[in-house]
Amino acid sequence: MKIYRTHILIAEDSKSILEGANEIKKVLVDEIHKKGLQNEISVIPTGSLGFEDIGVAMAVYPEGIVYAPVKVEDVPEIVEEHLLKGRIVKRLVKSWEKGEVTVGVTRPEYIKGSQYRAILRNVGLINPESIEEYIAKEGYVALEKALSMKPEEVVNQIKMSELKGRGGAGFPTGLKWEFTAKAKDPEKYIICNADEGEPGTFKDREIMEGDPHTLLEGMIIAGYAVGSGKAYIYIRGEYTLSIDRLEKAISDAKNYGLLGKNILGTDFSFDIEIKKGAGAYICGEETALLDSIEGKRGEPRKKPPYPPTSGLWNKPTVINNVETLANIPLIIIKGAEWYKSIGVPGTYGTKLFSLMGDINWKGVIEIPFGISLSKIVMDIAGGVAGNRKLKAVVLGGVSGSLIVPDEIDTPVDFNSLAHIEAGPGSGSIVVLDDTRCIVDVAKNIAYFFRHESCGKCTPCRVGTEAMYKIVDKICRGGGVEKDLDILEKLSKDMQLTSFCGLGQAAPNIIVQSIKKFREEWLTHIREKKCPMNICKMDWEEEQYEDVSEH
Amino acid sequence: MKQKSLIDVLHDTQEEEEKNYLSRNKMIEIAKTTKISETKVYGVSTFYTMFSVYPRGKHIIRVCRNLSCHLSDAEKIAEKLKEILNVDFGETTEDGEFTLEESSCLGMCSVSPAMTIDDEPFGNLVVENISEILLKVKEGSKK
Ligand SMILES: Cc1cc2nc3c(=O)[nH]c(=O)nc-3n(C[C@H](O)[C@H](O)[C@H](O)COP(=O)(O)O)c2cc1C
Ligand code: SF4
Ligand code: FES
Ligand code: FES
Repeated sequence: MKIYRTHILIAEDSKSILEGANEIKKVLVDEIHKKGLQNEISVIPTGSLGFEDIGVAMAVYPEGIVYAPVKVEDVPEIVEEHLLKGRIVKRLVKSWEKGEVTVGVTRPEYIKGSQYRAILRNVGLINPESIEEYIAKEGYVALEKALSMKPEEVVNQIKMSELKGRGGAGFPTGLKWEFTAKAKDPEKYIICNADEGEPGTFKDREIMEGDPHTLLEGMIIAGYAVGSGKAYIYIRGEYTLSIDRLEKAISDAKNYGLLGKNILGTDFSFDIEIKKGAGAYICGEETALLDSIEGKRGEPRKKPPYPPTSGLWNKPTVINNVETLANIPLIIIKGAEWYKSIGVPGTYGTKLFSLMGDINWKGVIEIPFGISLSKIVMDIAGGVAGNRKLKAVVLGGVSGSLIVPDEIDTPVDFNSLAHIEAGPGSGSIVVLDDTRCIVDVAKNIAYFFRHESCGKCTPCRVGTEAMYKIVDKICRGGGVEKDLDILEKLSKDMQLTSFCGLGQAAPNIIVQSIKKFREEWLTHIREKKCPMNICKMDWEEEQYEDVSEH
Repeated sequence: MKQKSLIDVLHDTQEEEEKNYLSRNKMIEIAKTTKISETKVYGVSTFYTMFSVYPRGKHIIRVCRNLSCHLSDAEKIAEKLKEILNVDFGETTEDGEFTLEESSCLGMCSVSPAMTIDDEPFGNLVVENISEILLKVKEGSKK
């Protein structure tokens, strides 16, 4: 291997590519050649360097300087000044202290303060397309260790870590594995749920684009632990960069004997295949996902039986979220005890969140469980944009919950959040400032669910339609007070009688907004006025068809 | 042992088709080769938003209007697209170049408002740049 004096990492996640990262890399390599520095400096693509609204970013090591946003025109200056003459181009430097970038071991104080990069430890530091770099960072050491243990011991470690699923429901992963391991069937499957369809969520993408081997390693260990020889990654069709990187990672792992027959010389064999989704939010629900992999319409199945006893092609199956599986290698290497030193009792480890909406810094963060929501919003995300006031936080996606400023000091962990009828959900945080209209937000969410209901059961099919029509009517000045009661009644029916989680969760935020912002709903109804001037009050009486009778 | 599911086959078939859709004949053919009934093939083809059983344009525009994009004025982007292309959602332009579709969250919320044209993502959209993007895509495909 060649030794270079300087390494330049350039972010090549989908966001950066969108902003011209590929072209900038090309110019950078050209300039380096022009100056004859190609044997001293290596340019390496990597995953996201942290917050997402800083344009194309590059990090220069060993100095640990991050330049952002870098434009094509800036490249000659960086090469001439910094790389050739050793003078930092100050006007382009992003500072660690302000939290403008999250990556880098050079920033221990900041990491200690709020973030904890465990799952994302390699993202933004290694080339995700190089298995050698992953291996150099202790990659696949966990697999080696797991293979030296008995499968039951591996399951036990995961059980002892009390890892809970990160896909939304928070089911203990160790138990899920144990059920599957104990099922008596020679044919079993591991499935990674990479459908990531919840609006406002893009944290799994960060892992797949930035450190795909971590996911593969977690999956292989899962396969060994439960006695499965075959896995699928079910990924949404739109995630083209993730798909490319995973495909390369799978093929490299095969070449290294880490996948395929007789892994690392043991008699354990395991294969991973990618299955592309075709655009349907419901396919993120685990049993709909199974039907989709089998090539059918993705409609939820009746439970029980649960997938650990009867899943893919009715065989015992473990279904885990991307982030859940990315936790596995760490737990195996460092042990359940270490894992439980992070977080708070009842919820251990770290959690990824995608931050969005009216805040100063957007992007994916990793925090230890237990820090407060206000710390995330006001500190890590840099507070509400434009110094405006916080109105509410949509936590856990549009199926999640609506948090108001009074509740914002709640620690982010399963137990504390349960007290305010919330949960981390999909791992999404969308911040609303005081210029937003809550009825308008409710309408947008109702529209989404009407569109995504799979239509299999009546409460959800009819309920999402009726809910949208009523909210739309109120939004446009045609509402009556009785409509709020109807919405609340309808929600209860849907929560109680819908066949799957989609219909059960669809009314969550809408009813919570009625409870928490009743005055605002009433202004729309009584005064036919939108306090924020967002909704067009264009209701005409003849449009009225009685939707309240549903 | 790579096993193709019906959905994989439909993806492949649609990609080969210039008009980006699954024709009646193709669906019947798939039913024969996979030994899956014609109604099932049709049922699956109509379930997923990425498949179409009607002919579409050369390029598929999928614009997101979910919460994050909505908060960044996605509505204006959608209106602008409709205006320039002179179509509504689900329709194809007269010259057969573009089909406009609405999509659920594309996982590009951090660069909202967002859309994709074919496989290519476009984010941080502003109304003023839409016609330029469309022009580039149209010209790009002529090469
Ligand atoms: C409508 C609906 C959509 C879902 N979408 C996803 C998704 O996109 N990704 C995911 O990991 N889990 C999703 N889930 C949760 C899965 O059903 C399942 O609980 C999860 O994949 C289990 O993995 P975990 O135990 O690792 O969390 C969804 C559930 C419902 C009801
Ligand atoms: S609740 Fe909705 S999404 Fe779930 S099965 Fe019923 S109709 Fe389908
Ligand atoms: S309906 Fe509330 S601001 Fe418009
Ligand atoms: S809400 Fe539009 S891309 Fe996520």
